[in-house]
Formats: sequence, C-alpha cells, structure tokens
Amino acid sequence: MSVEDRIREQVTGNDIVLYMKGTPQFPQCGFSGKSVQMLKACGAQFKGIDVLADPEIRDGIKRYSNWPTIPQLYIRGEFVGGCDIMTELYEKGELQKLVAGVKN
Amino acid sequence: MITPQEIKDLIEAGLPGAQARVSGDGHHFEAVVRSAAFAGKSRIQQHQLVYAALGDRMREQIHALSLKTELPSYT
Repeated sequence: MSVEDRIREQVTGNDIVLYMKGTPQFPQCGFSGKSVQMLKACGAQFKGIDVLADPEIRDGIKRYSNWPTIPQLYIRGEFVGGCDIMTELYEKGELQKLVAGVKN
Repeated sequence: MITPQEIKDLIEAGLPGAQARVSGDGHHFEAVVRSAAFAGKSRIQQHQLVYAALGDRMREQIHALSLKTELPSYT
C-alpha cells in the first residue's frame, strides 16, 4: 500500500485526525501541543498520528496536502490547516463549529 | 541563520506587490503578509502562496513561522 493510500485511509477512516509531532498526551513540539489544546478545548474526539514515529508519513503527508509543515488537521478527510489556521478558526469560533458538525 | 529581512525579501520577491511584516528571534518568526493575490482564495491557498514564494530554502525553518495573511484594505 502506498503512503498516499495509507494516509487516505487514515483521514477518511477517522472523523478528526491530527498529524503531529508526539502524541496528544506528550506533544513534542509547541505548535503540535497548541493544536492539541485547541481540539481539547472544543471537546473534539480526535486521532493523533505521531509523524516522528513514522518518517514515511512525515514526508508523505506534506505531499498529500501540499503543505510543508506539521501539525496538520483533517476533518472528515478534508485538510483544514496547520496551527496558524487552526488558531485563526479557534479565535473566530469556527473550529468549534467544525468539531460540533462532526459530533451529530 | 535566516533573518526576518531575508524572509520579507523572499515573500515580496515571490509574491509581486505583496507587503510582508516579519519579526522573529532567529528561531521563531511571525509574518503578516498583505497581497491582492489572496483575493478569492481560501486561507489554505493564501498560506500556500506564501510558502511557495518562500521556496525550498525555507523548508526547514518554515515550521517555526507563524503566518497571517490579509487582503489589502481597499478591496
């Protein structure tokens, strides 16, 4: 299975996926940690994927989304953004709406 | 080590007409980029334009760049 197929399966098999450095319990990078905090503040149930533990995914995800950085948030298979865009969405209450939209 | 000025120059060279305000301590940078090219584009597309302007040279430092994109006020 190509890395692209692996990623497609991950982002379509879970409602909310955060590609990050480290795990939600132990983020290994400030931006990843901040992203986890925002998702928790929205009460999101999400799957954290540690790219440090999987170098193939770490590079593959950047090609998949044409986005050069980690973390990367996916909701229902769609790339939402990195830490900056998540912060902007969170401050405008839009991230909360995206998360709530998944719950029902 | 890359400087805020170099980041500003890269963005403004790669995005004609854009204005970039960049600050940073050599490790973490903040950039606010204003360009008419962002009109009609999603946030993701706007940020991708800036990353494209920054090019591969920035690839390693990009993850420490906090980015905000804006449209020019007259639009």
